[in-house]
Amino acid sequence: MTTAAWAMLAVTWAVISFFTIKFFVAVLRTPPSDDRD
Amino acid sequence: MAGNAVGLGNFLRFPAQAVQNGGGAFLVPYLVSFLLMGIPLLWVEWAIGRHGGRYGHHSAPGMLDRLGPHRWLKYVGVFGLFTNLTVAAYYCYIESWTLAYVFHSLTSTFRDVLPTEFFPAYLGMEEGSIFAVPGEAMLWFLATLALNVWLLSRGLARGIELAAKIGMPLLFLFGAVLAVRGLMLEPGADTGVVQSPLTGLNFVWQPQLGGLLDPSTWLAAAGQIFFTLSVGMGSIHCYAAYLRHEQDIALNAASAGWMNEFVEVILGGTILIPIATAYLGLEVVQAATAGGSGFSLGFLTLPTLFNHWGWFAPFAGAMWFGLLFFAGITSSLAMGQPLVAFLEDELHWKHERATLTFGAATLALGFVCVWLYPGGAFDEFDFWSGTFGLVAFALGEAIIFAWIFGMDRGWEEITRGADMRVPGFFRYVIQYVTPLVILVVFVGALVEPVGRWGAAVGSVFRGEGWPFSSTSVIGRVLHVGDDAYRWVDDSGELTRAFVQDATRLLLLAVFLFLTYLVWKAWRLREQVDK
Repeated sequence: MTTAAWAMLAVTWAVISFFTIKFFVAVLRTPPSDDRD
Repeated sequence: MAGNAVGLGNFLRFPAQAVQNGGGAFLVPYLVSFLLMGIPLLWVEWAIGRHGGRYGHHSAPGMLDRLGPHRWLKYVGVFGLFTNLTVAAYYCYIESWTLAYVFHSLTSTFRDVLPTEFFPAYLGMEEGSIFAVPGEAMLWFLATLALNVWLLSRGLARGIELAAKIGMPLLFLFGAVLAVRGLMLEPGADTGVVQSPLTGLNFVWQPQLGGLLDPSTWLAAAGQIFFTLSVGMGSIHCYAAYLRHEQDIALNAASAGWMNEFVEVILGGTILIPIATAYLGLEVVQAATAGGSGFSLGFLTLPTLFNHWGWFAPFAGAMWFGLLFFAGITSSLAMGQPLVAFLEDELHWKHERATLTFGAATLALGFVCVWLYPGGAFDEFDFWSGTFGLVAFALGEAIIFAWIFGMDRGWEEITRGADMRVPGFFRYVIQYVTPLVILVVFVGALVEPVGRWGAAVGSVFRGEGWPFSSTSVIGRVLHVGDDAYRWVDDSGELTRAFVQDATRLLLLAVFLFLTYLVWKAWRLREQVDK
């Protein structure tokens, strides 16, 4: 693997992981809509 | 919803598309497409779906009809029926391959037969023939389709989605194990390994900006994003139609979209290509995916890896293909629901009749893919329905939502009841950037020339006409570059070109018939209103 390929892989994985975890945690923390009625 | 979005596209289609379109050259347009088209369109489709659901519509024609006063809006929604039906036809066939591979893994078929020999024989491929009558493949296809129709008719799709909550994490976990094991393969140390798996990974991740200037690569990238997110299909609309007026759509859509990308890029992109490269070599992998959908790559290579796992091999194969089947069926069930909902809502059919009709239509179209697989019918379905159709529908709905429904109402629809703060700049992205980018990709792919665009314009001024590339949409239709183009060869046999044209005409006929059904439904409604 070239340095450029490693760099692109690392940046892409980091960005995707960050947003996936961020939104997944937000969903888990949000009470089901039935509880808010 | 992530369970519905994660499917065979993540693990089988994405790696093949990446290899087919130049690896690193594909990835940049793919990631840009996700940010500028995928995420905004997820919000747009959830909003259109929830809005349409308020008026009792659960399919795209009725939902789009409610976005403005124009009578033609509902006909754009025909795409939301067409893509679901025609993608389901070949998708169920792939789903049936995974089921067959569960059986053959458990019976240790791959100990005696190489998957590279087994798979073409399973599909009934014969040298020089455009037809196939694969008895076993047809049986598995029938079983898969029957299961889909039965689950739909019994209203058990929700149950499957609940079961997916257990199945999906298992699939991700097993996928991670496969990825790590695949990357540890070494030529010389592991039997059958011909090249380092990192060569394949490097091919995918080596940045190549050349892809940014190639409209065909953009069309393939946008098509893959839409396929994997189920955008441009009408199934998200159907799902969102059951939400309440104030229920969140923003966080649900964002979460499903990013989760899907995690599975596709991080897991899907690290399993198949490195393993296939290790066992077949990068050149063979590129040849295996050239010109088609590339769905077959996983079936040609992964059993070879499992074969090296000793007593665990049958279980590993059964578990992997079983979990893939599970991921696939959640998606194919979602594809069935919009057409069933259309027949129920707009034509007032009973649920059983609607699901059986969907099953019969999928069966008929699916058998075209089965019998004419060697002639390229399957790949034609994947291009015209699974790429072109999705992008065309996405373009239509993006323009209608932003410019006919209006961004003020559109933004209010997206943000109402939101469990997250949607960044304000996405309002402008949805209004200007997304429609414009899709339009550029669409038109670019339609008329992509051979060579540079400037030279093509010069060619027009010289009176030589526009030099369509053979990979452009119009170039495909006109069979540009196919000097031996004809329907019947010298020996009187039908050719591959005949299968391509016949499949395209069939798909056009399906689209026109669905358009007629929409026309008929609204005519019936007008008569009732009078």
